[in-house]
Amino acid sequence: MCAAVKEKLDNIIEIKNVSKVFDGITVVDDVNLAVKRGEFVTLLGPSGCGKTTLLRMIAGFELPTSGSIFLEKQDVTAVPPHLRPINTVFQKYALFPHLNVYKNIAFGLKLKKLPTGEYDKKGKPIFRKFTKDEIREKVERVLKLVNLEAYGHRDVTGLSGGQQQRIAIARAIVCEPKVLLLDEPLGALDLKMRKEMQLELAAMHKDIGITFIFVTHDQEEALTMSDKIVVMTDGAVQQYGTPKKIYDEPANAFVADFIGESNILSGVMKRDYCVEFCGSEFKCLDHGFGKDERVDLVVRPEDIVLGRDKGALKGEVVSSVFKGTYYEMEILAENYEFTVQNTVEYAVGETVWLSIDPNGIHIMKKLKVTNEFDGVVSSDDTVELCGGTFGFVNALGLEKGDEVRVKIPFDKIDLTDDESDGAVGANVTQTFYKGSYYQVQVYTDDDHEFFIDTVDEWDIGDRVGIKIAPEDISVERIARSDTDGDGQKDGETADE
Amino acid sequence: MKKQVKTALIWSFVGAMLFLMYVPILILIIYSFTDAPALGVWGGSTMSLYGRLFTDPEIMGALGNSLLLAFVAATLATVLGTAAAVGIYYMKRRRKAVVGFISNITMENAEIVTGVAFMMFFLAVRVGYGWPALIIAHTMITVPYVILSVTPKLSQINPNLYEAGLDLGASPVKSMLAVVVPQLVPGMVSGFIMAFTLSLDDFIVSKFINGGVETIPIYLYNALAKRGADPTLRALSSVLFIAVLTVLIALNVVSARKRKKLAKA
Repeated sequence: MCAAVKEKLDNIIEIKNVSKVFDGITVVDDVNLAVKRGEFVTLLGPSGCGKTTLLRMIAGFELPTSGSIFLEKQDVTAVPPHLRPINTVFQKYALFPHLNVYKNIAFGLKLKKLPTGEYDKKGKPIFRKFTKDEIREKVERVLKLVNLEAYGHRDVTGLSGGQQQRIAIARAIVCEPKVLLLDEPLGALDLKMRKEMQLELAAMHKDIGITFIFVTHDQEEALTMSDKIVVMTDGAVQQYGTPKKIYDEPANAFVADFIGESNILSGVMKRDYCVEFCGSEFKCLDHGFGKDERVDLVVRPEDIVLGRDKGALKGEVVSSVFKGTYYEMEILAENYEFTVQNTVEYAVGETVWLSIDPNGIHIMKKLKVTNEFDGVVSSDDTVELCGGTFGFVNALGLEKGDEVRVKIPFDKIDLTDDESDGAVGANVTQTFYKGSYYQVQVYTDDDHEFFIDTVDEWDIGDRVGIKIAPEDISVERIARSDTDGDGQKDGETADE
Repeated sequence: MKKQVKTALIWSFVGAMLFLMYVPILILIIYSFTDAPALGVWGGSTMSLYGRLFTDPEIMGALGNSLLLAFVAATLATVLGTAAAVGIYYMKRRRKAVVGFISNITMENAEIVTGVAFMMFFLAVRVGYGWPALIIAHTMITVPYVILSVTPKLSQINPNLYEAGLDLGASPVKSMLAVVVPQLVPGMVSGFIMAFTLSLDDFIVSKFINGGVETIPIYLYNALAKRGADPTLRALSSVLFIAVLTVLIALNVVSARKRKKLAKA
């Protein structure tokens, strides 16, 4: 595999503005992605984030609702799967139970048509099939690659999970696809087997030089194996980069929370290279934010330095757990509970000083700084928005039917246990612990997203009511011409 | 003590039920080995009834008709039923329930109603009574049984199997035939056998539409009606009973072996 350097660097797969809607629910939301030839790219995200659907669109099993997919610059969006030079390793292997190992692997080869290099009278290329000997040679070679040389005649149903896994990989790579897709292929294996297969897969990728696109919800797996990681949630790409970049510089609170252990805090950028949180100013390496812009920031547990008598923040050890090579401690400082990893243990109750090196602080744009929706005034003191009716203080003399923009700060919303206590019902979809409070993301039934800062702990999937005091709702009129063609805008209004 | 009484009662009940069910058949089989004109008189054991059975051209003709009809109808039902099962399985939930319910109607409907309906229908669309009508009707009444025995196999299939076929370069038709259908073969075989025996057995529907074609059940009925209990019928019934029993036992043995093999693996 000694492709020219230039060829190695071009994009083998390009995904442009691809969306997929199932029964009115947007599963993949305007995804753009380019995969370079020979790379090992992982689609990572919680279940239901759209990663498998995206993979299935690359394979050709699903048609995008909009957008296009290119393979080597050719638009393959509508090409059926059996005509794509792409092969898949399925989640539960999907080996053919009526065929033995050899025949399973030979299945694709027997169907493959090769150009002979000759042309018929009409100038169409003539194709031939692989001969029996060619097939045998290829199958044997790939069986050797997956360390199952003597298994050709065996029944696939009698094999262990790990062996079936290898057969599934062998069956896919024997066809020499341009891209190999792997849909959580290690999910059904036990932990030890999983770790072995992770290394083997990575080694195999280096060996054969095929582009791999791998789907997993396991962040450790993604960090171990990939050249690049695509972090997805709610059908959208949150970040695309190398494992190191994603770990060290998460693009937002979701990525930081999903990848590795982290302390996620709210802060204010005082000026370039200086951020304030926990009542103190810290030096950091980030710049280019607005003055006094509210930001999220992440501090990895291993980046907090502890000392007995000096540091930036004074705290008290709340708990300590030995994790084999280090101690993981919870330290309460300025009402924030920091998770800290340190090789030296501090006793519970002991007072410690925390300090953080500038490169241990990573600043992220807030996904959203305030909840903002378009609504319609429905009476003197009520406004309709997101499928509910909320009371508000009508200081502007708005009239019924006026279209308005409504803003509600994160910390002015109450969530209620009983849905009927709120003006509108919603489901909790994310919660981020921010040290002294939780930031909760909920979705209303008509797919509007609210963020709420609360001290109460909610679980993902909880059904809640949204309650807002009339005086906390700020309303401004939208000039009619502004709204033309704007329509209902779902999801985030975040500025990227 | 009390427990023993209970078990004794249970067993005597079971015994009585089995006795009532099987003794008439057993008596019939025993008396098929004598040529006495009526049951209750033993005229010395002989195979002569069987000799007469297999040389009687009328009976042999009816048997031939029955086997041919059963084979053709069961084959058609297996093809149609398998295709229908696959189609229904991949439908959306609501439609699936509706179509599943409709396809079961001929199974649950009173056979006499089905028979009359077919009679009037064939008359209306001018399909001649006899072979065409029999084949169509037998296929239609046995299709639901094939659907019923193929559907469970479909739900056992790995949902990605068909896609794996496509993925490896098989066209949709090829993937269906080379990957999915082989998984359905056990269900298709048991569906075929069920359809075959049901067709062999059917009297009520056939009676309305047979035209001049005599199948075994119709021959039996006509013979009884015309000549009363011909002793040859004892031999014929015994042969049918033993044949069906053999098929059932064979089916069970095969599936038991398969289960054992799977358990080992």
